[in-house]
Amino acid sequence: MASIELRNLSHSYDGLTNAIESLNHLWPQGGAYALLGPSGCGKSTLLNIISGLVSPSEGQVLFEDNVVNGDSPQQRNIAQVFQFPVVYDAMTVRENLAFPLKNMKLDKHHIQQKVMEIAELLDLQSSLDKKAKSLTADEKQKISMGRGLVREDVSAILFDEPLTVIDPHLKWKLRRKLKEIHEKLNVTMIYVTHDQLEAATFADEIAVMYQGKIVQFGTPQSLFEQPNHTFVGYFIGSPGMNFVQVNKNQNEVVANDLAFNLSTTQKNALAASDTSNIKLGIRPEFIKLANQATANSYPVDILSVESFGAFKIVEVRFADETWFVRVGEFDQFDATPHYMTFEPTRLKLYLDDYLAGEETDFE
Amino acid sequence: MSLVLENIGHTVEGESHLTDINLNFESGSFNVLLGRTLAGKTTLMRVIAGLERPSEGKVVLNGKDITDVAVQKRNVSMVYQQFINYPHLTVWENIASPLKLAKLAPSEIKKRVAQTAEMLLITDYLQRKPLELSGGQQQRCAMARALVKDAQIILFDEPLVNLDYKLRESLRHELKSLFKSRESIAIYATTESAEALALGGTTCLLHQGKVLQTGPALEQFYHPKNLQAADLCNEPPLNRFQASIHKQQLSFIQDISLANTLHLKELVDANYHFAIRPDHLTLQSSNQPELVLQTVVDLAEISASETYLHVTINNGVETLSWVAHLNGIYQFHTGVTLTLFAPLALLYVFDQNDNAHTWPNLLEAKH
Amino acid sequence: MNKVQNNKAWWLILPMFALVAFSAIIPLMTVVNYSVQDIFDQNTAYFVGVEWYQEVLRNERLHDSLLRQFIFSFSILAIEIPLGILVALMMPKTAGWKTSLTLILLALPLLIPWNVVGTIWQVFARGDIGLFGWAMNALGFEYNYTANAIDAWLTVVLMDVWHWTPLVALLCYSGLRAIPDAYYQAAKIDRASRWAVFRYIQFPRLKAVLIIAVLLRFMDSFMIYTEPFVLTGGGPGNATTFLSQTLTQMAIGQFDLGPAAAFSLIYFLIVLLVSWLFFTSLSLTDKDQLKQGSASS
Repeated sequence: MASIELRNLSHSYDGLTNAIESLNHLWPQGGAYALLGPSGCGKSTLLNIISGLVSPSEGQVLFEDNVVNGDSPQQRNIAQVFQFPVVYDAMTVRENLAFPLKNMKLDKHHIQQKVMEIAELLDLQSSLDKKAKSLTADEKQKISMGRGLVREDVSAILFDEPLTVIDPHLKWKLRRKLKEIHEKLNVTMIYVTHDQLEAATFADEIAVMYQGKIVQFGTPQSLFEQPNHTFVGYFIGSPGMNFVQVNKNQNEVVANDLAFNLSTTQKNALAASDTSNIKLGIRPEFIKLANQATANSYPVDILSVESFGAFKIVEVRFADETWFVRVGEFDQFDATPHYMTFEPTRLKLYLDDYLAGEETDFE
Repeated sequence: MSLVLENIGHTVEGESHLTDINLNFESGSFNVLLGRTLAGKTTLMRVIAGLERPSEGKVVLNGKDITDVAVQKRNVSMVYQQFINYPHLTVWENIASPLKLAKLAPSEIKKRVAQTAEMLLITDYLQRKPLELSGGQQQRCAMARALVKDAQIILFDEPLVNLDYKLRESLRHELKSLFKSRESIAIYATTESAEALALGGTTCLLHQGKVLQTGPALEQFYHPKNLQAADLCNEPPLNRFQASIHKQQLSFIQDISLANTLHLKELVDANYHFAIRPDHLTLQSSNQPELVLQTVVDLAEISASETYLHVTINNGVETLSWVAHLNGIYQFHTGVTLTLFAPLALLYVFDQNDNAHTWPNLLEAKH
Repeated sequence: MNKVQNNKAWWLILPMFALVAFSAIIPLMTVVNYSVQDIFDQNTAYFVGVEWYQEVLRNERLHDSLLRQFIFSFSILAIEIPLGILVALMMPKTAGWKTSLTLILLALPLLIPWNVVGTIWQVFARGDIGLFGWAMNALGFEYNYTANAIDAWLTVVLMDVWHWTPLVALLCYSGLRAIPDAYYQAAKIDRASRWAVFRYIQFPRLKAVLIIAVLLRFMDSFMIYTEPFVLTGGGPGNATTFLSQTLTQMAIGQFDLGPAAAFSLIYFLIVLLVSWLFFTSLSLTDKDQLKQGSASS
């Protein structure tokens, strides 16, 4: 068991562009973490650097304050589960699960006991003596996971999009299993995914990666409510955050002649900066639509209303932007003019794409 | 144009893959096949494409039986889960390849490739090789190749599965608008109910090689014909319980009168399966007739703005596992007892054979 | 997976049937015809039934060369298969000039005509001017492949190993390349030893190509003719006279067409039988492996 730290970590595959750019980060021991980002953001590379399958071009990886750059995956004592199931087809399920323990030359009786424990946890008891290759993709993936979870005293368990091949109704079950296992073993787990729901439900804290950098590290709630970067706003949430490009006009910001009310701290931040890349952002969940104008309401045109079963998405036209508003499944809208309102604290200010002017900064 | 499947059945080595499939696809329609892995979606698509001959039944296109017509003569195109492109050709050549095979005039090819590329937002990458592109761009290229030749039938076999969550959102959106202006029949297979709802169109629920229900996705969501269909349409699945009704009284842990609940008060005395959607369970009383349930928290999964609460309920006979999908963030520890409310007006009712009996009138049940 | 059933497809393989009939079945029938007759000249032939077969089966020379043939085939299999695997395992895993160079070097012996291989070794193993022969003698071994039966055997086996191990190695290499990287990564993570990686990952996935390699090498070595003929001429004495050479001596040297034809058929049946035994025993133990291999390709 160990904390994992990255110092000035950079990696480049071709020597020209950096897949990972001067990362500094600390994952404390025992947490459940997610590494979330779009494909190609460098998250799998980062995971392989941590496990030792890839050695970084620059910088250091530390486990419990010891630099492990020179250590092989074996020496780092890492367990890793890959995106696509890797099972040893010549072996039975039981032998597959026992493999990592056998390699550590553990006592037979002990191995047997651990294998049964994991098989029970993953509902694999009935297929223990089947050949691994005769199983379905999701059973195979369970075996891959089982091999990762069966070892005691690993420094950390890394997951590289482990639920990709699993059917939606099983994803629920397995994610829950992982969470239970985490609570039981208290081992550091890092889970790579591009799916915000998977990340949020698995992890206590999420690191969002974008273009080789970690742009925000925080609880799912803070990523949702205080996105540090416009990318986090866009990537977390479905649909993502609504943005509007605005211009500075003395002490306020305007878009299409509409002035927005900013908080004092936001105004101060704006005054202190001379960038022209100013955006305002708000989550679709925080907008309310009404038939009548009220104080601090903004007129919008409703373009479409689509039902997704448990909720509806309203597409509105506002200040030359198309914004989305998420409303309840029972809400009805007609074609008459509407006005949107929101709590002033929900409106975020972004200068050069980074969050600015918050009362309490989530860093 | 119309495509009709008549009594399609398919058995491979004694194992039944498709049973008694009767479906009708209209010209210019967008159709979704929703089902779990191995439900028969891919087999059905292969039958439509002509890659597989059904052991029973007929495939009829525009009134003509094409069951024995070879793939090459069917004018279908297919997009797969994997991004299948010719790696040694540029994106432009990839998209142009079906047109070249059809021996179209070079000027026409140029025009159509340009149009399709623009539609799928890959105009900037036409001179690159597929492997130099990101996954999303590769799949756009594969889609462009399928769309460029104006096939009568376009099949999509879970095309977005290997893509980013966000990319899926935008491609889904584009696909939908793309097909609004086309005459062809699009058939799209997926395992995710959310995707079926987002795509809209006609959805066909497949389960163990059989069609459970066909119709607009929302219609199935609100009015599933049976429990299996309801499970396919809901992620996480519906929370169920069995209970008996006796003289307008529902007995489930407590006895509660159904007299004031419109869709339940007419139920004859019998045993029923009841179900409620995870997002209809609440932590606060709704001040309407409702079941009050003592639950034990198993796990609270917190997404960005919502909580999925996994709980167990003991009704004295067995322990039921339920999920409550709550808006907002709630930190509950495992083992805590908690009261959940299930409004009667939102209960689905199924008979003992799992067939739907009554549905909640969700548009009027607004609470 | 069920393909569209279409009986017209049979017509497509008809030309192939005709070709096989002309190239294999008709000549084979001629041999069958010869094997049951005693032929004096073009116009004089007597039907003799199975007499030639009985004679051939009782023939001591044939027994001896059959035994030699089996010893030879099994010894080269015992060397070439493990050696080929070993070479394949040591080859570079990533594409690049090193890999290309290794592949070319490895393939070189395969490109040399068989009689040239014999000539090369004839010179190479000579005690006076050949590097190998000279070196052996210089090291203190009494080595003379033209006089000593054991030396002759050693040279013939060595020559075959030099000539054909690359084929086994190339086949294994292609098998190894087909194993996804993820398996090696998972094995590293699972702390597998080098041996465990070979035993549980590489070997199971090599089985399919190994069956092909064993079959090819068995059939080929069982019918070996040119190389030992050029190198030793079958000597010293009959020490390296293998089946095909005995057959040739009989058919051409002594012009005993009848017995030679009977011999050919027996020979053919032996090769067929042993190959079939190999194939079924190897593929039975691993039926699904083959299936899987063909499904994933």
